[in-house]
Formats: sequence, C-alpha cells, structure tokens
Amino acid sequence: MSAVAVRTGLRGTGLRVDGETLAGTKSQVEPLESELIQRVLGGQHEAFRELVRPCERAVFMATQAILKNEADAEDAAQEAILKAFTNLPMFRGDSKFSTWLVRIATNEALMKLRKERRQKLHDSLDDGSKNEKGDYVPRDFADWREIPSEALQTKELRQALSRALASLTAKHREVFVMRDVQHFTIEETARLLGIRKSAVKTRLLRARLQMRDALAPGMDGSWSTGRREYKQVRPW
Amino acid sequence: MVIEISCEEVWREVSNYLDREITPQLRARMREHFKGCKHCTAVLDGTRNVVQLVGDAKAFVLPAGFSDRLYQKLDRKLSKDRPS
Repeated sequence: MSAVAVRTGLRGTGLRVDGETLAGTKSQVEPLESELIQRVLGGQHEAFRELVRPCERAVFMATQAILKNEADAEDAAQEAILKAFTNLPMFRGDSKFSTWLVRIATNEALMKLRKERRQKLHDSLDDGSKNEKGDYVPRDFADWREIPSEALQTKELRQALSRALASLTAKHREVFVMRDVQHFTIEETARLLGIRKSAVKTRLLRARLQMRDALAPGMDGSWSTGRREYKQVRPW
Repeated sequence: MVIEISCEEVWREVSNYLDREITPQLRARMREHFKGCKHCTAVLDGTRNVVQLVGDAKAFVLPAGFSDRLYQKLDRKLSKDRPS
C-alpha cells in the first residue's frame, strides 16, 4: 500500500500524513499488534477492540487538545477510530498503530476545528500580551522550580491545565499539543500542519510562555490546599 | 568572553533553548544570563515545567463513560461493516 493511499484516506483536510517520511521504512509494528491487525483484516472484527483499547487515551488527548469542547473531542475521537477501522487495509506498518491512529485523530480534530473556523470568522480567544514588536512578554515571574508530579493526581491541576490549554488560540494550541503533548518533532509538526519550521518555533514559544503564565501562580500549592487565593512564592 | 544578552532576547529564545534549537554560542550567552537573572531563570524553569507537566500522560483523563460509548458505536459499525 502506498503513502498516496494513506493520504487519500485522509484527504481534504490540509493535513499531510506520510508514514514513510515520518517513521522510516522499517516495520515498527509490535508482534502482537501485527497479529491483531491481521486478525481484523481476516474478518475477526472483535480484535479491533483489543487493538484500539491501549490507544484510547492518546486518541482522546489528541482531539481534546485541539478542540476546546469535550463533547466535540469525544465525537472526533470516535470518528477517528471508526475511520481507522475502515482504512486499516491501508495501514502499512511503518509506524506504530497508535501513532497512525493519533495522526488520524489529530486530522479529524483539525478538520472539525477548520469547519468551526469557517463558520466563525473571528477567533475570539485571548491574544495574550504583546510588546511593540509583537513578541509575547511573560506576565508573571513566580519562582516555579519544583515539579509537583503528585499534583497531577489532583482534579484541580488537571482542570487548570485544560483551562490554560483552552485559553490558547487555536493555531498556538495545535502546535503546542503536537509538540509537547504528542511529542512530534518540530519538523514533523511543521510537515503535519503544512507550515514552516520557523512558524512552529514562534507559535511554540508563545504557547509555552502563555501556558506558564496561566499555570505558574497555581504551583504554589493552592491546588493541593484548595485555597482560592495564591500564596506568594516569588523570591523577591 | 561571552557577549551579554537582554532579558527580551532570552524570552524570545527560551523555547528554542529547551529544544536545543540554538547555536552553542547563543546557548552560552543565555546560560551566563540565567546565572545573574532570577526573573529569566523563573521563566526558564516554569516553561520547562509546563513542558514536563503536559507531556505526562496523567495530565489528561478520559471522560466518564468514554470507553462504553466508544465501544457501543464501534460495535454498531463492526456488526455491519468489514474493512474494505
């Protein structure tokens, strides 16, 4: 099956999916994964559940990060998984199945987002603070050296992360998610979105700084203590 | 000798610094700047923490009932389709 065939299955979104370029030509499919794929292709459709189950979270993360609305994200995730089933014969195994599926999900979410954009001409999201040259200027210099990994268990931090992500403009959010949530390289992100590497870097900087501004004041423990006001943690 | 760099220039490159997408010379200038600037160090540390936090799979959870709804939909499709 050719790369063209893979593209054809996902055509019409502006997102170029090219497994050969992104993942190399060597087969990267795990033996169990490969066996499950063969079973599905052989007509044992129930094996598709087993194939998809370990990827559910990654697929939802991909769509949720691009679409602000949880219901839309779930809808896009479901559509992506159904599309993966239909297009499974076109999967060539030169990337992991999960990677391929996440790309389809990203594609599905972007397609939904672009449809929304066409309907709503102006993106009303916060444009952040800019200086006279148009650069993003950090708003907060709170000292934030500790990573409270246990804080991720808390609903408050997860909600804060979602809110912060939702505060980014769509174009910054999609770059941030591809690079920092889904761990695509800068080159891959540029290729998938059809933009220059320099644009990826510029948007990534803006997104990361804005996320930091949105989250830094909360890292003083207010999420874990449940206080509404932030404790001062600035070193000056 | 390392040429000084301003806070504004550091903010513009902090993301590239984390991704190692800058020249060794610029990296050295930024490192020198961080030694004496707690504001920029706070920006660097915070930005790095954001990247680590969102990169952690625990940062995002599935909505309640997600899997049930997905498999119901999938079962409906599987019962009438097969990969073509």
